[in-house]
Amino acid sequence: MLTKRIIACLDVDAGRVVKGVQFSDLRDAGDPAELALTHGRAGADEVVLLDISATYQNRATLLDVVRRTARQLFIPFTVGGGIRSLDDAAAVFDAGADKVTVNSAALADPTLIGRIARRYGSQAVIVAIDALRVGNGNGLHFGVKATGGRHATGRDAVRWASEAEQCGAGEILLTSIDRDGMRDGFDCELTRAVVNAVNIPVIASGGAGAAQHFIDVFRDGLADAALAASIFHLGITPIGELKEELQTAGIPMRWPC
Amino acid sequence: MIAIVDYKAGNLASVKKAFDHVGHEAAITADPAAISRADKIVLPGVGNFEATTALAGALQEAVVDAIRRRVPLLGICLGMQWMFDSSREAPQLRGLGLFAGECEKFPAAVKSPHVGWNQLQVAGASRLLHRLPQDSFVYFTHSYRAPVVEATVGKCEYGGAFSAVVESGQVFGVQFHPEKSGTAGLQLLRNFCEL
Repeated sequence: MLTKRIIACLDVDAGRVVKGVQFSDLRDAGDPAELALTHGRAGADEVVLLDISATYQNRATLLDVVRRTARQLFIPFTVGGGIRSLDDAAAVFDAGADKVTVNSAALADPTLIGRIARRYGSQAVIVAIDALRVGNGNGLHFGVKATGGRHATGRDAVRWASEAEQCGAGEILLTSIDRDGMRDGFDCELTRAVVNAVNIPVIASGGAGAAQHFIDVFRDGLADAALAASIFHLGITPIGELKEELQTAGIPMRWPC
Repeated sequence: MIAIVDYKAGNLASVKKAFDHVGHEAAITADPAAISRADKIVLPGVGNFEATTALAGALQEAVVDAIRRRVPLLGICLGMQWMFDSSREAPQLRGLGLFAGECEKFPAAVKSPHVGWNQLQVAGASRLLHRLPQDSFVYFTHSYRAPVVEATVGKCEYGGAFSAVVESGQVFGVQFHPEKSGTAGLQLLRNFCEL
Protein backbone atom coordinates (compact mmCIF):
# COMPACT_ATOMS: atom_id res chain seq x y z
CA MET A 1 0.00 0.00 0.00
CA LEU A 2 1.20 3.50 -0.79
CA THR A 3 2.09 5.06 2.55
CA LYS A 4 1.57 8.58 3.80
CA ARG A 5 4.90 10.35 4.00
CA ILE A 6 6.51 12.04 6.99
CA ILE A 7 8.94 14.69 5.80
CA ALA A 8 11.58 16.29 7.98
CA CYS A 9 12.34 19.88 7.04
CA LEU A 10 15.53 21.72 7.84
CA ASP A 11 15.33 25.50 7.67
CA VAL A 12 18.86 26.63 6.87
CA ASP A 13 20.44 30.05 7.26
CA ALA A 14 24.13 30.61 6.47
CA GLY A 15 24.85 26.88 6.65
CA ARG A 16 23.12 26.22 9.98
CA VAL A 17 19.69 24.79 10.78
CA VAL A 18 17.41 27.35 12.40
CA LYS A 19 13.78 27.33 13.36
CA GLY A 20 11.49 30.28 13.78
CA VAL A 21 7.96 30.93 14.92
CA GLN A 22 5.66 32.34 12.23
CA PHE A 23 8.61 32.95 9.89
CA SER A 24 10.76 34.89 12.41
CA ASP A 25 12.53 34.56 15.83
CA LEU A 26 15.26 32.17 14.71
CA ARG A 27 17.17 29.71 16.88
CA ASP A 28 20.23 27.60 16.01
CA ALA A 29 19.52 23.85 15.84
CA GLY A 30 22.64 22.30 14.30
CA ASP A 31 24.47 21.13 11.17
CA PRO A 32 22.10 20.40 8.25
CA ALA A 33 24.01 17.44 6.76
CA GLU A 34 24.26 15.74 10.14
CA LEU A 35 20.62 16.39 11.03
CA ALA A 36 19.43 15.16 7.63
CA LEU A 37 21.20 11.86 8.19
CA THR A 38 19.88 11.57 11.74
CA HIS A 39 16.33 12.13 10.50
CA GLY A 40 16.79 9.63 7.66
CA ARG A 41 18.01 6.96 10.07
CA ALA A 42 15.19 7.75 12.50
CA GLY A 43 12.60 7.00 9.81
CA ALA A 44 11.91 10.22 7.90
CA ASP A 45 10.55 9.35 4.44
CA GLU A 46 12.14 12.41 2.87
CA VAL A 47 14.25 15.38 3.85
CA VAL A 48 13.64 18.94 2.72
CA LEU A 49 16.27 21.61 3.11
CA LEU A 50 14.99 25.18 2.86
CA ASP A 51 17.41 28.06 2.51
CA ILE A 52 15.41 30.64 4.40
CA SER A 53 17.72 33.60 3.90
CA ALA A 54 18.50 32.72 0.27
CA THR A 55 20.95 35.54 -0.18
CA TYR A 56 23.50 35.58 -2.94
CA GLN A 57 26.41 35.53 -0.42
CA ASN A 58 25.08 32.36 1.22
CA ARG A 59 24.61 30.46 -2.04
CA ALA A 60 28.03 28.79 -2.10
CA THR A 61 27.58 27.75 1.54
CA LEU A 62 24.20 26.26 0.73
CA LEU A 63 25.51 24.28 -2.24
CA ASP A 64 28.25 22.89 -0.04
CA VAL A 65 25.66 21.81 2.53
CA VAL A 66 23.60 20.18 -0.25
CA ARG A 67 26.66 18.29 -1.51
CA ARG A 68 27.60 17.05 1.96
CA THR A 69 24.02 15.98 2.68
CA ALA A 70 23.45 14.21 -0.66
CA ARG A 71 26.60 12.13 -0.33
CA GLN A 72 25.15 10.14 2.57
CA LEU A 73 21.38 10.40 2.15
CA PHE A 74 19.64 7.69 0.10
CA ILE A 75 16.07 8.82 0.47
CA PRO A 76 14.42 11.62 -1.54
CA PHE A 77 16.12 14.94 -0.88
CA THR A 78 14.53 18.28 -1.75
CA VAL A 79 16.14 21.70 -1.70
CA GLY A 80 14.31 25.02 -1.84
CA GLY A 81 14.61 28.71 -1.08
CA GLY A 82 15.96 31.32 -3.43
CA ILE A 83 15.57 29.30 -6.63
CA ARG A 84 14.88 32.04 -9.12
CA SER A 85 15.94 30.52 -12.42
CA LEU A 86 16.63 27.28 -14.27
CA ASP A 87 20.33 27.89 -13.56
CA ASP A 88 19.69 28.14 -9.80
CA ALA A 89 17.77 24.86 -9.98
CA ALA A 90 20.51 23.22 -12.06
CA ALA A 91 23.15 24.20 -9.47
CA VAL A 92 21.11 22.56 -6.71
CA PHE A 93 20.46 19.40 -8.79
CA ASP A 94 24.16 19.21 -9.67
CA ALA A 95 24.98 19.41 -5.96
CA GLY A 96 22.80 16.33 -5.39
CA ALA A 97 19.18 17.36 -4.80
CA ASP A 98 16.44 15.12 -6.23
CA LYS A 99 13.74 17.77 -6.23
CA VAL A 100 13.58 21.54 -5.87
CA THR A 101 10.88 23.76 -4.49
CA VAL A 102 10.07 27.01 -6.22
CA ASN A 103 7.94 29.70 -4.63
CA SER A 104 8.27 33.46 -5.22
CA ALA A 105 10.02 33.14 -8.58
CA ALA A 106 7.25 30.85 -9.85
CA LEU A 107 4.66 33.38 -8.70
CA ALA A 108 6.47 36.06 -10.66
CA ASP A 109 6.92 33.84 -13.70
CA PRO A 110 4.96 30.55 -13.72
CA THR A 111 6.83 29.38 -16.86
CA LEU A 112 9.80 28.65 -14.58
CA ILE A 113 7.91 25.54 -13.36
CA GLY A 114 7.65 24.12 -16.88
CA ARG A 115 11.23 24.98 -17.76
CA ILE A 116 12.59 23.04 -14.79
CA ALA A 117 10.09 20.20 -15.37
CA ARG A 118 11.09 19.79 -19.02
CA ARG A 119 14.73 19.41 -18.08
CA TYR A 120 14.48 17.37 -14.86
CA GLY A 121 10.97 15.91 -15.01
CA SER A 122 7.81 17.02 -13.19
CA GLN A 123 8.61 14.71 -10.28
CA ALA A 124 11.57 16.99 -9.53
CA VAL A 125 9.54 20.22 -9.24
CA ILE A 126 7.61 21.07 -6.11
CA VAL A 127 5.72 24.33 -6.03
CA ALA A 128 5.76 25.73 -2.51
CA ILE A 129 2.77 27.84 -1.56
CA ASP A 130 2.66 29.97 1.59
CA ALA A 131 -1.02 30.47 2.32
CA LEU A 132 -2.81 32.73 4.73
CA ARG A 133 -6.45 32.64 5.88
CA VAL A 134 -8.50 35.60 4.76
CA GLY A 135 -12.01 36.24 6.11
CA ASN A 136 -14.12 33.55 7.77
CA GLY A 137 -17.31 31.52 7.50
CA ASN A 138 -18.61 31.49 3.95
CA GLY A 139 -16.19 34.26 3.05
CA LEU A 140 -13.13 32.23 4.05
CA HIS A 141 -10.47 31.88 1.42
CA PHE A 142 -6.73 31.41 1.33
CA GLY A 143 -4.39 34.07 0.03
CA VAL A 144 -0.88 33.47 -1.27
CA LYS A 145 2.12 35.34 0.08
CA ALA A 146 5.52 35.66 -1.57
CA THR A 147 9.09 36.21 -0.35
CA GLY A 148 8.94 34.19 2.85
CA GLY A 149 5.44 35.31 3.76
CA ARG A 150 6.25 39.00 3.54
CA HIS A 151 4.32 40.14 0.47
CA ALA A 152 0.72 39.63 -0.52
CA THR A 153 0.27 38.50 -4.13
CA GLY A 154 -3.47 38.88 -4.63
CA ARG A 155 -3.59 35.24 -5.65
CA ASP A 156 -5.86 32.54 -4.28
CA ALA A 157 -3.97 29.48 -2.96
CA VAL A 158 -6.39 26.89 -4.35
CA ARG A 159 -6.39 28.42 -7.84
CA TRP A 160 -2.62 28.91 -7.80
CA ALA A 161 -2.08 25.24 -6.85
CA SER A 162 -4.21 24.19 -9.79
CA GLU A 163 -2.36 26.53 -12.15
CA ALA A 164 0.98 25.25 -10.88
CA GLU A 165 -0.14 21.69 -11.66
CA GLN A 166 -1.05 22.76 -15.22
CA CYS A 167 2.40 24.35 -15.54
CA GLY A 168 4.09 21.04 -14.73
CA ALA A 169 4.48 20.89 -10.95
CA GLY A 170 4.89 17.36 -9.61
CA GLU A 171 3.86 18.12 -6.04
CA ILE A 172 2.56 21.01 -3.94
CA LEU A 173 4.18 21.97 -0.64
CA LEU A 174 1.45 23.85 1.15
CA THR A 175 2.43 25.88 4.21
CA SER A 176 -0.08 27.57 6.46
CA ILE A 177 1.49 30.85 7.59
CA ASP A 178 -1.13 31.05 10.35
CA ARG A 179 0.02 27.76 11.84
CA ASP A 180 3.76 27.86 11.08
CA GLY A 181 5.75 27.18 14.25
CA MET A 182 2.65 27.28 16.46
CA ARG A 183 2.53 23.50 17.09
CA ASP A 184 -1.26 23.63 17.38
CA GLY A 185 -2.14 21.51 14.36
CA PHE A 186 -2.08 21.72 10.56
CA ASP A 187 -4.68 23.76 8.71
CA CYS A 188 -6.84 20.84 7.55
CA GLU A 189 -9.38 23.06 5.79
CA LEU A 190 -6.68 24.68 3.68
CA THR A 191 -5.07 21.32 2.92
CA ARG A 192 -8.34 19.66 1.93
CA ALA A 193 -9.29 22.58 -0.34
CA VAL A 194 -6.02 22.26 -2.26
CA VAL A 195 -6.04 18.43 -2.34
CA ASN A 196 -9.52 18.49 -3.87
CA ALA A 197 -8.41 20.96 -6.55
CA VAL A 198 -5.36 19.09 -7.85
CA ASN A 199 -4.42 15.56 -8.89
CA ILE A 200 -0.80 15.70 -7.71
CA PRO A 201 0.44 14.95 -4.18
CA VAL A 202 0.03 17.67 -1.58
CA ILE A 203 2.47 18.02 1.31
CA ALA A 204 0.90 19.77 4.30
CA SER A 205 3.15 22.01 6.36
CA GLY A 206 2.89 24.37 9.30
CA GLY A 207 1.53 23.56 12.75
CA ALA A 208 2.81 20.06 13.57
CA GLY A 209 2.99 19.64 17.33
CA ALA A 210 1.64 16.19 18.19
CA ALA A 211 0.81 12.83 16.58
CA GLN A 212 -2.89 13.68 16.55
CA HIS A 213 -2.16 16.65 14.26
CA PHE A 214 -0.70 14.28 11.66
CA ILE A 215 -3.66 11.90 11.99
CA ASP A 216 -5.98 14.86 11.44
CA VAL A 217 -4.18 16.21 8.39
CA PHE A 218 -4.07 12.77 6.74
CA ARG A 219 -7.71 11.89 7.59
CA ASP A 220 -9.50 15.24 7.43
CA GLY A 221 -7.01 17.22 5.38
CA LEU A 222 -6.51 14.34 2.89
CA ALA A 223 -2.80 15.20 2.70
CA ASP A 224 -0.43 12.80 0.93
CA ALA A 225 2.49 13.84 3.09
CA ALA A 226 3.09 16.01 6.12
CA LEU A 227 6.16 18.09 6.80
CA ALA A 228 7.51 19.26 10.12
CA ALA A 229 10.67 20.89 11.35
CA SER A 230 11.06 21.88 14.99
CA ILE A 231 9.30 18.90 16.59
CA PHE A 232 11.82 16.59 14.93
CA HIS A 233 15.12 18.37 15.32
CA LEU A 234 14.46 19.71 18.76
CA GLY A 235 13.82 16.07 19.66
CA ILE A 236 10.30 16.75 20.93
CA THR A 237 8.77 13.89 18.92
CA PRO A 238 11.00 11.03 17.74
CA ILE A 239 9.94 10.14 14.17
CA GLY A 240 9.78 6.43 14.98
CA GLU A 241 7.35 6.93 17.84
CA LEU A 242 5.25 9.23 15.69
CA LYS A 243 5.07 6.67 12.89
CA GLU A 244 4.15 3.91 15.30
CA GLU A 245 1.33 5.97 16.71
CA LEU A 246 0.03 6.82 13.24
CA GLN A 247 0.22 3.20 12.17
CA THR A 248 -1.76 2.15 15.25
CA ALA A 249 -4.36 4.74 14.26
CA GLY A 250 -4.68 3.05 10.85
CA ILE A 251 -2.63 5.49 8.74
CA PRO A 252 -0.41 3.55 6.32
CA MET A 253 3.20 4.25 7.25
CA ARG A 254 6.61 3.08 6.09
CA TRP A 255 7.41 1.54 9.42
CA PRO A 256 9.51 -0.25 10.53
CA CYS A 257 12.01 0.86 7.94
CA MET B 1 33.35 -0.14 -14.46
CA ILE B 2 29.59 0.46 -14.44
CA ALA B 3 28.38 2.77 -17.21
CA ILE B 4 25.41 4.97 -16.33
CA VAL B 5 23.89 5.93 -19.66
CA ASP B 6 23.26 9.66 -19.93
CA TYR B 7 20.51 10.46 -22.43
CA LYS B 8 19.50 13.79 -20.85
CA ALA B 9 16.49 12.33 -19.04
CA GLY B 10 16.82 13.75 -15.57
CA ASN B 11 19.54 13.94 -12.99
CA LEU B 12 21.82 10.92 -12.82
CA ALA B 13 24.14 12.12 -10.06
CA SER B 14 22.17 10.36 -7.31
CA VAL B 15 22.49 7.01 -9.11
CA LYS B 16 26.25 7.45 -9.31
CA LYS B 17 26.44 8.48 -5.64
CA ALA B 18 24.58 5.34 -4.59
CA PHE B 19 27.06 3.15 -6.49
CA ASP B 20 29.93 5.10 -4.88
CA HIS B 21 28.35 4.39 -1.51
CA VAL B 22 28.18 0.62 -2.06
CA GLY B 23 31.80 0.75 -3.20
CA HIS B 24 31.58 0.24 -6.98
CA GLU B 25 33.02 2.57 -9.52
CA ALA B 26 30.46 4.03 -11.90
CA ALA B 27 30.70 6.69 -14.59
CA ILE B 28 28.00 8.78 -16.22
CA THR B 29 28.54 8.63 -19.97
CA ALA B 30 26.90 9.34 -23.32
CA ASP B 31 29.75 7.73 -25.25
CA PRO B 32 28.77 4.49 -27.04
CA ALA B 33 32.40 3.30 -26.88
CA ALA B 34 32.44 3.66 -23.07
CA ILE B 35 29.17 1.72 -22.89
CA SER B 36 30.65 -1.04 -25.05
CA ARG B 37 33.63 -1.31 -22.68
CA ALA B 38 31.53 -1.40 -19.48
CA ASP B 39 31.23 -4.47 -17.23
CA LYS B 40 27.70 -3.46 -16.36
CA ILE B 41 25.24 -0.91 -17.73
CA VAL B 42 22.62 1.17 -15.95
CA LEU B 43 19.84 2.91 -17.85
CA PRO B 44 18.25 5.43 -15.50
CA GLY B 45 15.88 8.16 -16.56
CA VAL B 46 12.74 9.98 -15.58
CA GLY B 47 10.12 11.87 -17.48
CA ASN B 48 8.28 11.29 -20.71
CA PHE B 49 8.77 8.11 -22.80
CA GLU B 50 9.66 10.46 -25.66
CA ALA B 51 12.97 11.15 -23.92
CA THR B 52 14.06 7.66 -25.03
CA THR B 53 14.35 8.95 -28.62
CA ALA B 54 17.73 10.29 -27.46
CA LEU B 55 18.85 6.67 -27.17
CA ALA B 56 18.06 5.84 -30.81
CA GLY B 57 21.12 5.15 -32.93
CA ALA B 58 24.60 4.49 -31.54
CA LEU B 59 23.58 4.40 -27.84
CA GLN B 60 20.83 1.87 -28.48
CA GLU B 61 23.17 -0.22 -30.64
CA ALA B 62 25.79 -0.25 -27.88
CA VAL B 63 23.18 -1.34 -25.32
CA VAL B 64 21.69 -4.04 -27.57
CA ASP B 65 25.13 -5.37 -28.41
CA ALA B 66 26.02 -5.50 -24.68
CA ILE B 67 22.84 -7.48 -23.96
CA ARG B 68 23.89 -9.94 -26.67
CA ARG B 69 27.26 -10.31 -24.91
CA ARG B 70 25.37 -10.96 -21.63
CA VAL B 71 26.63 -7.79 -19.96
CA PRO B 72 24.29 -7.14 -16.99
CA LEU B 73 21.87 -4.30 -17.70
CA LEU B 74 19.72 -2.50 -15.13
CA GLY B 75 16.92 -0.19 -16.26
CA ILE B 76 15.56 2.22 -13.66
CA CYS B 77 12.11 3.88 -13.94
CA LEU B 78 11.87 5.16 -17.53
CA GLY B 79 14.88 2.98 -18.34
CA MET B 80 12.83 -0.07 -17.33
CA GLN B 81 9.78 1.05 -19.32
CA TRP B 82 11.97 1.39 -22.41
CA MET B 83 12.71 -2.36 -22.09
CA PHE B 84 9.04 -3.11 -22.88
CA ASP B 85 7.46 -3.04 -26.36
CA SER B 86 5.99 0.45 -26.09
CA SER B 87 4.19 3.00 -23.93
CA ARG B 88 0.86 4.78 -24.37
CA GLU B 89 2.75 7.90 -23.34
CA ALA B 90 4.38 8.07 -26.79
CA PRO B 91 2.61 5.42 -28.90
CA GLN B 92 4.54 6.31 -32.05
CA LEU B 93 7.79 5.04 -30.48
CA ARG B 94 9.05 1.52 -29.92
CA GLY B 95 10.84 0.29 -26.84
CA LEU B 96 13.53 -2.37 -26.83
CA GLY B 97 10.92 -5.14 -26.72
CA LEU B 98 12.91 -7.25 -24.23
CA PHE B 99 9.68 -7.67 -22.27
CA ALA B 100 6.29 -8.04 -23.93
CA GLY B 101 3.58 -5.47 -23.33
CA GLU B 102 2.74 -1.82 -23.30
CA CYS B 103 3.16 0.67 -20.46
CA GLU B 104 -0.04 2.49 -19.60
CA LYS B 105 -1.49 5.16 -17.30
CA PHE B 106 -2.85 4.42 -13.85
CA PRO B 107 -6.64 4.07 -13.69
CA ALA B 108 -8.55 7.28 -12.89
CA ALA B 109 -9.56 5.88 -9.49
CA VAL B 110 -6.10 6.57 -8.06
CA LYS B 111 -4.08 9.75 -7.93
CA SER B 112 -1.38 10.02 -10.58
CA PRO B 113 1.60 10.26 -10.49
CA HIS B 114 2.21 7.43 -8.02
CA VAL B 115 4.63 9.17 -5.65
CA GLY B 116 6.01 7.80 -2.43
CA TRP B 117 6.94 4.64 -0.60
CA ASN B 118 5.09 1.49 -1.56
CA GLN B 119 5.68 -2.17 -0.85
CA LEU B 120 7.48 -4.62 -3.06
CA GLN B 121 5.88 -8.05 -3.34
CA VAL B 122 8.54 -10.53 -4.31
CA ALA B 123 6.84 -12.71 -6.92
CA GLY B 124 9.55 -15.07 -8.13
CA ALA B 125 13.13 -16.22 -7.81
CA SER B 126 15.40 -13.22 -8.33
CA ARG B 127 19.09 -12.52 -8.09
CA LEU B 128 18.46 -8.79 -8.03
CA LEU B 129 16.18 -9.09 -4.99
CA HIS B 130 18.53 -11.35 -3.05
CA ARG B 131 18.27 -10.57 0.71
CA LEU B 132 15.42 -8.10 0.22
CA PRO B 133 12.66 -8.94 2.71
CA GLN B 134 9.13 -9.50 1.40
CA ASP B 135 7.10 -6.23 1.45
CA SER B 136 10.18 -3.99 1.58
CA PHE B 137 9.32 -0.31 1.18
CA VAL B 138 10.77 1.35 -1.91
CA TYR B 139 10.37 4.82 -3.42
CA PHE B 140 8.32 5.31 -6.59
CA THR B 141 7.59 8.35 -8.72
CA HIS B 142 5.91 7.67 -12.08
CA SER B 143 2.75 8.31 -14.12
CA TYR B 144 2.89 5.24 -16.38
CA ARG B 145 3.34 1.63 -15.36
CA ALA B 146 4.46 -1.60 -16.93
CA PRO B 147 2.17 -4.65 -16.96
CA VAL B 148 2.84 -7.81 -14.96
CA VAL B 149 4.57 -10.23 -17.33
CA GLU B 150 6.27 -13.60 -17.15
CA ALA B 151 9.58 -11.94 -16.22
CA THR B 152 8.00 -10.02 -13.31
CA VAL B 153 9.78 -10.97 -10.09
CA GLY B 154 8.51 -8.05 -8.00
CA LYS B 155 5.01 -6.58 -8.05
CA CYS B 156 3.48 -3.47 -6.56
CA GLU B 157 -0.18 -2.61 -5.93
CA TYR B 158 -1.54 0.80 -6.84
CA GLY B 159 -4.86 0.81 -8.67
CA GLY B 160 -4.08 -2.82 -9.52
CA ALA B 161 -0.83 -4.76 -9.77
CA PHE B 162 2.04 -3.63 -11.98
CA SER B 163 5.63 -4.68 -12.58
CA ALA B 164 8.01 -3.23 -10.00
CA VAL B 165 10.91 -5.55 -10.91
CA VAL B 166 11.50 -7.57 -14.08
CA GLU B 167 14.36 -9.98 -14.55
CA SER B 168 15.35 -12.22 -17.42
CA GLY B 169 18.87 -13.61 -17.72
CA GLN B 170 21.21 -10.64 -17.38
CA VAL B 171 18.51 -8.03 -18.04
CA PHE B 172 16.93 -6.32 -15.03
CA GLY B 173 14.45 -3.51 -14.65
CA VAL B 174 13.06 -1.67 -11.63
CA GLN B 175 10.22 0.83 -11.69
CA PHE B 176 11.16 2.40 -8.36
CA HIS B 177 14.35 4.30 -7.51
CA PRO B 178 16.80 2.03 -5.68
CA GLU B 179 19.14 5.00 -5.23
CA LYS B 180 16.38 6.69 -3.17
CA SER B 181 14.96 3.65 -1.39
CA GLY B 182 17.08 3.56 1.73
CA THR B 183 18.73 0.31 2.81
CA ALA B 184 16.50 -1.91 0.62
CA GLY B 185 17.53 0.06 -2.47
CA LEU B 186 21.22 -0.01 -1.61
CA GLN B 187 21.01 -3.80 -1.10
CA LEU B 188 19.50 -4.15 -4.58
CA LEU B 189 22.30 -2.08 -6.11
CA ARG B 190 24.86 -4.16 -4.24
CA ASN B 191 23.23 -7.31 -5.65
CA PHE B 192 23.52 -5.86 -9.16
CA CYS B 193 27.18 -4.97 -8.60
CA GLU B 194 27.93 -8.50 -7.41
CA LEU B 195 26.35 -10.30 -10.40
